[in-house]
Amino acid sequence: MPSCPPGASDVPAKPGNPSLAAAPLIGDWLDFTHEGIVRARTGKSELGQGIATALVQIVADALAVDVDSVELAPPDTSGPDETFTAGSLSVQHSGGALHAASTQARQLFTDAARRRLGAEPSLAEGRFVVDDASVSYADLAAEVDLAVAIDPTIASYDPSGIVGADLPRLDLADKVLGRPRYVQDMRLPGMRFARMVRRPARGARLVDVDEESALGIAGVTDVVRDGDLLAVVAEDEIAARAGAEALRESAQWQVPDSSLSDGDMVEQLTTADTDDTALSDGPSIDAPTLAARYTRPFLAHASIGPACAVAVQEEGLLRIWSHTQGVHPLRRDIARALDRPVDRVQVTHVEGAGCYGHNPADDVAYDAALLAARLPGRPVQVTWTREDELGWSPFGPAMVVDLAAETNADGQVTAWSWDGFGNGHSSRPGTLPTPSLLAYEEQQDGTPIPPAGDPPQAAGAGTGRNAIPGYEVGSVRAVAHRALTMPIRSSAMRSLGAHLNVFAIESHLDDLARHHGIDPVEYRLRHLGDPRGRVVLERAAQESGWGSPLAEGHGRGIGYARYKGTGAWCAAVVEVEAVSSVRVVRAWLAADCGRIVNPDGAVNQLEGGAVQSLSWTLLERVRFAGGRVLSDTWEEYPILHFSEVPPVEVALVERPDEPWLGAGEASMGPTAAAVGNAVADALGVRVRDLPITAEAIVAAMDS
Amino acid sequence: MPDAHRLTVNGRDHEVRCPDGTPLLWVLRDRLGLTGTRYGCGVGSCGACTVWVDGQPTHSCDTPIWSAAGKSVVTVEGLTEAGPHPVQRHLIDGQAGQCGYCLSGIVMRAAALVDQAHAEGRHVEGDEVRAALDGHLCRCGAHNRIVDAVVSAGGE
Repeated sequence: MPSCPPGASDVPAKPGNPSLAAAPLIGDWLDFTHEGIVRARTGKSELGQGIATALVQIVADALAVDVDSVELAPPDTSGPDETFTAGSLSVQHSGGALHAASTQARQLFTDAARRRLGAEPSLAEGRFVVDDASVSYADLAAEVDLAVAIDPTIASYDPSGIVGADLPRLDLADKVLGRPRYVQDMRLPGMRFARMVRRPARGARLVDVDEESALGIAGVTDVVRDGDLLAVVAEDEIAARAGAEALRESAQWQVPDSSLSDGDMVEQLTTADTDDTALSDGPSIDAPTLAARYTRPFLAHASIGPACAVAVQEEGLLRIWSHTQGVHPLRRDIARALDRPVDRVQVTHVEGAGCYGHNPADDVAYDAALLAARLPGRPVQVTWTREDELGWSPFGPAMVVDLAAETNADGQVTAWSWDGFGNGHSSRPGTLPTPSLLAYEEQQDGTPIPPAGDPPQAAGAGTGRNAIPGYEVGSVRAVAHRALTMPIRSSAMRSLGAHLNVFAIESHLDDLARHHGIDPVEYRLRHLGDPRGRVVLERAAQESGWGSPLAEGHGRGIGYARYKGTGAWCAAVVEVEAVSSVRVVRAWLAADCGRIVNPDGAVNQLEGGAVQSLSWTLLERVRFAGGRVLSDTWEEYPILHFSEVPPVEVALVERPDEPWLGAGEASMGPTAAAVGNAVADALGVRVRDLPITAEAIVAAMDS
Repeated sequence: MPDAHRLTVNGRDHEVRCPDGTPLLWVLRDRLGLTGTRYGCGVGSCGACTVWVDGQPTHSCDTPIWSAAGKSVVTVEGLTEAGPHPVQRHLIDGQAGQCGYCLSGIVMRAAALVDQAHAEGRHVEGDEVRAALDGHLCRCGAHNRIVDAVVSAGGE
């Protein structure tokens, strides 16, 4: 048996919650030393999804204190290392840790109050009361030892009603009123503003640049050149913009030949050298009832606010403010790239514009860090341009899925086969052999960012996320083929492989149902044993009036999945009008997210996911050629507009006694699938290549 | 020496020195410290930078300072000064947002629409709101809540 390191042997195993393994003590999460305030910590970032509000609710509920008295500090590298804010796991992991820590703390403080007051106290509004005497959490803080391991199995107190209530988002009012809140709004004394002049194409080498062209501009203070990295630093954004423009005009680049383009992607991905992983080792199918190929292009995060960060090199400490999803992994990768000890780098989370996965937040943080490191004592803010945001961000990878299914005479599926091809879904900082920060591959001594990897199956996989159907389909063969060459940088984007995999599975099932003359909902129910899944599927069908007549040219489709096979259950029904193009008329969602911390927040996340998925599924495609991303403006990379967004109705299945599950990614796959099935219902044409544009429909008709 | 430009922002007169072509957006953010107006695209494609220039919703990112000279500019901070506009109150009440980055621009566009409809003695309708906001991008998918909030604000 391996020996435990000193001090670690008394920490009980924390199955299923890595956050507690990383930060095992109550005191890692909670501080009661300030009167009237409970200070709570988290490693999960507020990305616009409302997690900060949900965590405050969990703490307030468990401690029986008012929500106004809970102060949640933004993630910082001095706090719990919860790696990334990803995978719809923040409520499970951070919420689970804070719930257990708060519950146990309340028990310890109740014990202390009993000792102090001499009788069993009641607890109201943060005070322990016996008759006329009372003490607060803060009064007892000195005598309660919080260097105690958290017991994740601790029994909950009766809920106070704060969990389960529609607490308004704690951050939203500031944003509506235009108050400084985002990292873009940070202004430190003496702060400089910098812009990066990015390469015109992947692999381009900087041959020459006239630095004086920028330095001659009033307000420009520095030009930084390091290999192929080029940046301008100025007293304000106006001068930084002008300086960057001057450098861009005078820079001479050597651009390597590259014949790769998005038009070749299916060919590229299915013939590339791959790393193959068998997720399920059933037999291959010799004579499938239906075999088909499904594809999606690279997709962009396309946040409305370009990435931004602030950094300052203080005496012995490089401080960074970032809208990253993971302050700790970012710190480790920046320390590695700058070759300095991890404890000489501090990263603090500051809110930014919407985040849907591994976007350029980490890249711009490194931009700011490396510039600040050259200008000791001087805070530097770096903001990306719109073109760089759409052109140099990591992208959600293109994918190809080959499905085959065999059915018996009754229509029952008896064998299933999945092959998924694509680039990996994670090149997050700290997960690759060398730093995964854009500027690092531009620097003289840097290295190119290695091809993205895939999270392990136990963590939900990447290409293989939701590859194995949640239905009873007989034998299942599933092999992921991760490409070892990467035409443009890919990484995690909301739901990872689940978007295309659920689209493919649900399209395939619909075609099999049609083949056997069975209603698609009925067909799914015949294959679905999971009782919570059945309830969700039936609820969505019921809410949408499934089976009722539709107007001419309209179609209706359904899609369903349990996210990752372990997360929330979600079903979507979409009605489309499909004539020359597709218009989504209405969408219905039903979801089971277990116990709900904030119902309105869950509904907001599920609806937002559905709308974003509609945009991906109907419109979006990253286009590139010659190492250059061509879709780097909103004209070239359109997303869904207000006039195109349909009404969305969301029904939550109440499960107050079940563990809470994240809602942010559950609706992506089912919504995409419902659109495809609705188009097939309306037109009798199966579109298997996303996005479902008018051109794609014509192409599907022709084939 | 850059040119001097006079303009009124949120009721206060300012003189700023910057090149003629400097976008109003950066004058507001850099020189006047009004960071509520957002940079989104720089070419008037996303609406995040919308302010009022002489009462008209205008993209500040592609409005050169010379063309705003002598005019009256109102930003989201100015709109909020006398207390939140009904559009802002209803956005908050309806929890109509996720990341919120697009909201400053949407607030300015929607407030102008609602105020104009009030002046005409009528209430705004959903389709009208969707059409007015069609030049504003939201990536989080809060569109329906935003439209509902603006319609509610218009009903006051």
